[in-house]
Amino acid sequence: MNWLKPGKKKIKINPAMTDKIPETAVLKRKMKIARAKSYLENFSFAFPAILIFSVFYIYPFLKVFQLSVCSWNGIDAFSFGKFYTGFTNFKEILRDGIWWRSMWHAAYITIIALTLQNALALALALACDKEIKARNFYRVIFFIPPVLSEVVVGLIWQWIYDGNYGLLNYALNNFGLSNLIHNWLSDPNTALTCVAIVHSWKGFGWGFIILLAGLQTIPRQLYEAAKVDGASSWQIFRNVTIPLMIPVFVLVSILTILGSMQVFILIYTMTGGGPGYHTEVPVTRILASMVASSRFGYACAEGIIFGLVLLVLSFTQKKISERVKQV
Amino acid sequence: MRDGRTYRIKRRAKGFIIYIFLSIIALTCIFPLVWMFSSSLKTQSTIFSNMSIIPDQPQWKNYYIAWTKGGFGIYFLNSLFYTAVVVFGIVIVSSWAAYSFSRLKFPGSILAFNMFLAAMMIPLPGSFVPLYVLVNNIRKVLMVFLNNSNPFLLKFLSQASVDQLFAFTEQQLYPRVAYIFCMINVGLSLSIYILKTFFDKMPSELEDAARIDGCSKLGIWWNVALPLSRPAIAVIVIFNTLNVWNEYILAQLILSEKSTMPLQRGLMVFQGVYVTQYPLLMAGLTMTVIPILIVYLILQKYIIKGMTAGAVVG
Amino acid sequence: MDRPNFRPSRFANRNQSNKQASAPRFHSPTQNMVFLSRLKIYTVCFIFSLVCLSFFSCAQQNSSYNISKANPRAKKITIWHWMTDREEIFQELARKYEALTGIRVVFELYAPSDAYSQKVRAAAQAETLPDIYGILADKRDFASFIKAGHAANLSQEMAKDNGAWSNSFFSKAIAVNEFLPDNKFGVTPGIYGVPIDVMNIQMLYNKSLFKKAGLDPNKPPQTWEEFLQAGRKLKQAGIQGLVSGWGETWMIDCFISNYAFNIMGEQKVFATIRGEVPYTDLDWVKVFGLFKQLADEGMLASGIVTMINKNAEQNFANERAAFAFNGSWCVNVYEGMNPGLEYGAMFPPSVSSKYPMMIWGGAGSSFIVNDRSQNKDEAVKFLKWLTADAQQIYLSRGTNNLPANKNCISSIPDILSEFAKKMNQTTHPNVWPVQEFPAVIERMDKGVQSIIIGEKTPEELSREIQSIKENELAKARKKEN
Repeated sequence: MNWLKPGKKKIKINPAMTDKIPETAVLKRKMKIARAKSYLENFSFAFPAILIFSVFYIYPFLKVFQLSVCSWNGIDAFSFGKFYTGFTNFKEILRDGIWWRSMWHAAYITIIALTLQNALALALALACDKEIKARNFYRVIFFIPPVLSEVVVGLIWQWIYDGNYGLLNYALNNFGLSNLIHNWLSDPNTALTCVAIVHSWKGFGWGFIILLAGLQTIPRQLYEAAKVDGASSWQIFRNVTIPLMIPVFVLVSILTILGSMQVFILIYTMTGGGPGYHTEVPVTRILASMVASSRFGYACAEGIIFGLVLLVLSFTQKKISERVKQV
Repeated sequence: MRDGRTYRIKRRAKGFIIYIFLSIIALTCIFPLVWMFSSSLKTQSTIFSNMSIIPDQPQWKNYYIAWTKGGFGIYFLNSLFYTAVVVFGIVIVSSWAAYSFSRLKFPGSILAFNMFLAAMMIPLPGSFVPLYVLVNNIRKVLMVFLNNSNPFLLKFLSQASVDQLFAFTEQQLYPRVAYIFCMINVGLSLSIYILKTFFDKMPSELEDAARIDGCSKLGIWWNVALPLSRPAIAVIVIFNTLNVWNEYILAQLILSEKSTMPLQRGLMVFQGVYVTQYPLLMAGLTMTVIPILIVYLILQKYIIKGMTAGAVVG
Repeated sequence: MDRPNFRPSRFANRNQSNKQASAPRFHSPTQNMVFLSRLKIYTVCFIFSLVCLSFFSCAQQNSSYNISKANPRAKKITIWHWMTDREEIFQELARKYEALTGIRVVFELYAPSDAYSQKVRAAAQAETLPDIYGILADKRDFASFIKAGHAANLSQEMAKDNGAWSNSFFSKAIAVNEFLPDNKFGVTPGIYGVPIDVMNIQMLYNKSLFKKAGLDPNKPPQTWEEFLQAGRKLKQAGIQGLVSGWGETWMIDCFISNYAFNIMGEQKVFATIRGEVPYTDLDWVKVFGLFKQLADEGMLASGIVTMINKNAEQNFANERAAFAFNGSWCVNVYEGMNPGLEYGAMFPPSVSSKYPMMIWGGAGSSFIVNDRSQNKDEAVKFLKWLTADAQQIYLSRGTNNLPANKNCISSIPDILSEFAKKMNQTTHPNVWPVQEFPAVIERMDKGVQSIIIGEKTPEELSREIQSIKENELAKARKKEN
């Protein structure tokens, strides 16, 4: 019982210890003070973050919430009483078909990213976790796409997808699949998928390094022990790697959801939301309301609805995986 | 005997497939970088007409032109400054907070953590107006305060140097500090979340041992938690470095003077509303990518080195 | 949260199972010390470099203070604009002006234009706009800026000396910045901006591709029929027809406006916007039908619906399409991308001879003087200087854009003066007495993309636009009540 050793002051003020110690009135009061002190000390760790957060996030958030119930164009001198419209913005969004379509597009990109991008990231991370040659080299290379500017990515992929001079069509032609040749980005059936693939390609590096960091924290001995017991590599993966990696999977998938739902620079550079409304995503819609239509309040309301949807998505995802972990 | 051979062949084949797979993916990753570099050595007229990777007449002077025309000197220093301070700040502040949320309970700590989590998810498209107004109001208050302290300052300094001090504070110091805090806020939620995930995974035995040895909470954070979470810290450093390095929307909102702007502002010179000077842009982009890759090269070792530390985790 | 303190047995167990691994690393204080001391060294290095950096930036700053020290009473005009590619030329002009008058002019440029427009709006709220700035907004938003007191009325300055200043500009460039008496926005009539350059959008054709397809390179098509015929011939020769940045919807808007004016005339266009003529009118269907015709004839370049204008320019400059629908700035772009390109400018081929074709054009960008500025007079003086002949020629030569000052078109390149000659046949939504709702414009442009990819028919689109229009009209009426 290490914690009962005398002379360890810090142990005594640990709030969790209180019920283990004989209760007398004096001691109780002392404990209370000590606990408050300990809480204060604990809180002081989080304090700088909470302070910065309150000033630079919560305050603007409240303002944005205020604006979301106004019909304001972003230029007129703002006065709440004059522009207040109640929840008309929200009501209008609920009936805005294009907005919900853009939401579905983002969800589609997210689904592709969650499966394709994360599968790729995991496969690569597993490969680089093994003792293979030149793994340091690959480790560096796979981080290039996230670092690259969207301008370059957009230019290159547009060239790949181009209808006349594109690399993809060229390859299809050579493989005798010339009936598949078309302009990939202006065809409504393929545009969104093409954008999603580029997004996944650009983003898998993040999943890769986080998963790799997670894999690296799994003790080697566990693998060795499993091997000694005669487990196949699939069994090792299934029974050792996956259970230990669940928190990291949750982290990566939440990051993927956030990254994919909020994609827009790539869309701007590749399709501009077109053809028609086929590659519009929530962020492009929000910017359209804000900049093109000067409907600032509406844009804020869109942002809040979008945020709420993301919030529900991410928290459900987190809860589900916590359940899975317990099973 | 036969079994051993098929096993070896199977293993070889498996290894071969892995290499092919890795190499294909690696190729798609390297190609844009190579293309960017080779484009930076072409001219505006050959960049899209001559598709060869090795330019006929490499225009090395593009780098010089891009550097001088984009005014990269001061922007580069500014970006280095912002990135270093912001990333340093984020690592300290977020690891304190994450450590506290993970280990040191206080009333409302779960609520606070969930608030950070929620903030990560709710994008604030319209927040730039309140943010700008806020930063501006703080500036006004600060300047009033400075003006009130004028008589006091005059005891030590001449009028001219006091004026200079005020101008410096208003135009240089304050916008930079405000920008740094905004950027710390941008990276905070995500970093706290990543770090907390890793802290939660860490066994608390070492911390208990340290506590028994009489280590204070701050000491435990510094001596145990931080070294143990090095892979996670490496991840957030990379993440935030990239984020700050490439940021320009907030920078343009909060910073007004050209001399305080970060690197991305220099790149804008080549992407006009009507004309994009592709070779110069590519040269500029190549120059901006290099520091990031260097940071990554240094830090990726820590992700791997975490191996030894990570052996405890699990 | 597990608190191992309460589970000593588990604690012991765990410790044992992990002993092997943890022992070499963390139970040895020396190694920990090594790591810590290294961290400390890093921290010290880091702080040192910070100090160096801040010192350096201070030193940099001091050098720029020297100017104000040398001339402490020197006035300073600050200008915000979004065209970062003009930085060098602006700086040079600022230097000239300072040498001339001793007044410092500081150009602060912010890009891309979206970020700039956000900054201007935020600064308008905080009332920290600079002495002179530009806005990216339609006339309705421009009116909001004026009503919020951010823009000075320059009519008096413009009218001085029998309107000498305003007469030096192309009339359309002034009209864009002018609010007429009884305007719908409730703004005091007057001129609120100073144009610094102008632009218009026309068509361009590639002369060598024309020759290849057996067309006369000196006779570009003048009517829609001729245009379609030329397209067929080009198609036979395996050459793409028209390329344009129709992924950026506003270029579609320009094309629609051109032909709407040509087919139904100005009055009917305005009547539609006022809500008196429905979009389901046959003339409008005809306008949208033009896009269908182009698509059906295979005259549009592949991927035109998602192409941004810079890529369209790339295609035309590299001779991948025979026609381009593009603005006067393209001269500069083509010059850079393919100096040997043989091309000419042509007026968009007209569909009907009943009404004149009016092309999209007007001020490229304008400067607004902040009404709250303390240097208002100085700012106006500077703008007068900036729009005088010599400076306009300098600006035009440096940027290859059309000058706003009509007196200096004689000293600009030939192909640019082709564009300049057509300035009288331009129109722009900002000079119209009426304004269409942004929602309607968006649906129209996006709908045209759908027509081109064959998703919608022109009739369907007109019905769709009309329903949006009615919706918006109802909303506007509700707001008025």
